[in-house]
Amino acid sequence: MIDRIGRRTVGLIQAVGRWGQFMADMVRALPDVTTWGRLALVQMRRVGVDSLPVALFIAAFTGVVLALQASYTFTGTVPLYFVGTLVGKTMMLELGPVLAGLALAGRVGASMAAELGTMKVTEQVDALETLAYDPQSFLVVPRVLAGTVMFPIVVALAVFVGIMTGWMTSLWLLNLSTPEFVKGLRQFYQFKDTWFGLFKSATFGFTITTVGCVVGLSTRGGAEGVGRSTTRAVVYSAVAILVLDAFWAAVLLR
Amino acid sequence: MIRFENLHKAFGDKQVLAGLTLEVQDGETMVVIGYSGTGKSVALKHIVGLLDPDAGDVLVDGRAVSTLDRDALNALRREIGYVLQFAALFDSLTVAENVALGLRRRGLDDDEIAERVTEALALVDLTGAGERYAAELSGGMRKRVGIARAIALRPRYILYDEPTTGLDPVTSAVIDRLMVRTREHLGVTGVVVTHDMRSAYTVGDRIAMLYEGRIRQVGTVAEVQETDDPVVRQFIEGRPT
Repeated sequence: MIDRIGRRTVGLIQAVGRWGQFMADMVRALPDVTTWGRLALVQMRRVGVDSLPVALFIAAFTGVVLALQASYTFTGTVPLYFVGTLVGKTMMLELGPVLAGLALAGRVGASMAAELGTMKVTEQVDALETLAYDPQSFLVVPRVLAGTVMFPIVVALAVFVGIMTGWMTSLWLLNLSTPEFVKGLRQFYQFKDTWFGLFKSATFGFTITTVGCVVGLSTRGGAEGVGRSTTRAVVYSAVAILVLDAFWAAVLLR
Repeated sequence: MIRFENLHKAFGDKQVLAGLTLEVQDGETMVVIGYSGTGKSVALKHIVGLLDPDAGDVLVDGRAVSTLDRDALNALRREIGYVLQFAALFDSLTVAENVALGLRRRGLDDDEIAERVTEALALVDLTGAGERYAAELSGGMRKRVGIARAIALRPRYILYDEPTTGLDPVTSAVIDRLMVRTREHLGVTGVVVTHDMRSAYTVGDRIAMLYEGRIRQVGTVAEVQETDDPVVRQFIEGRPT
């Protein structure tokens, strides 16, 4: 029992140490712009543009459901223009960033872990090093940068689409007029709602891509190892998003 | 000159290298033979700093690899071409882009890169294959592209990790011929890790057998072929115990 606890504690300390080393290596690779600059643009397209369909699809239906649930809850007790308030606030503060983050943890995090894991087990990472490239500059920095920059953009568009579908639902299914919906939307709006959601999204993007890279580059054991890494990246990213979500709410919304 | 000095390396409880000492002279091709899992590839990875030794070191032109900082290590790597076991080509890149990758790192301009890529592909008989993707190539072609990627750098040293493993005899002979041609063309110092004895006899100036983490015997091809050492004889003749 004590032996097991000891081993787990040592394992945890080693994992934290490896994570710290990884972050330090990433910072050290930042000045190598000639290596990661061009690659970052490619990753921005893959992480950002290619993720848009899934993020917007989720946001569109979330907007519809939010409007209908708000109307169901408010009917008879609260003025219905609060549907606009609830759709706007919830999309900006919570569901836009978190749902897009969870969806992209599956899409982006898994694909990065699988790609880098495959490169690791087929010695492509070793090949990079023998060609005098730093894998951090070549593989990690472009991906993490792309995630951190593009996630807020993807989430901003998702929030916009969610609010639009919420508005259309209110208009066509709830008999709410556009001025009423907009009144509710503006009623409790603060600029903080916008930057909080976008800032949170940037931290989600950073976390998902970093986890994908760390897990991918520590892959061992052929195809089975790549499979394990892929699953691990999705699970770790999803957990990290939920923990970060609570953390930022506690730190920034109190 | 590459010199392994009392190199030790263990993975967990398994001691892979236990005092490996070997000298590779400038201009020669040293073939390291040995059973699977005896640490031949591990030894090779120490030369370019992909692995850190537990004790001892590898000296390349007098520089102790494990003591080099990142910049010095990258400078050393620029002098070494490394042909990995399964070529380790980047599947998302074309053949030409794979070969050009190391050249871009060296800061060459586009014209010179194109010239060197064409020259390297011609040397491995892959003229015209530059636009094909690595994923579309056969095993033998992948190995040839791996060699082209290494020789395009015009290195002083070339390291080959199991260059003929998994290839049919004819393709293996093509790869052997390429390695010989590369040495003649570029005058490079080579280290070849293999357990293919036909290949070892063809490309090697000297052969060293790695056994139980140390060099069991080192000598010219003729000396190894005529050895009385029962372990080496059993290996080169491919006799079961």
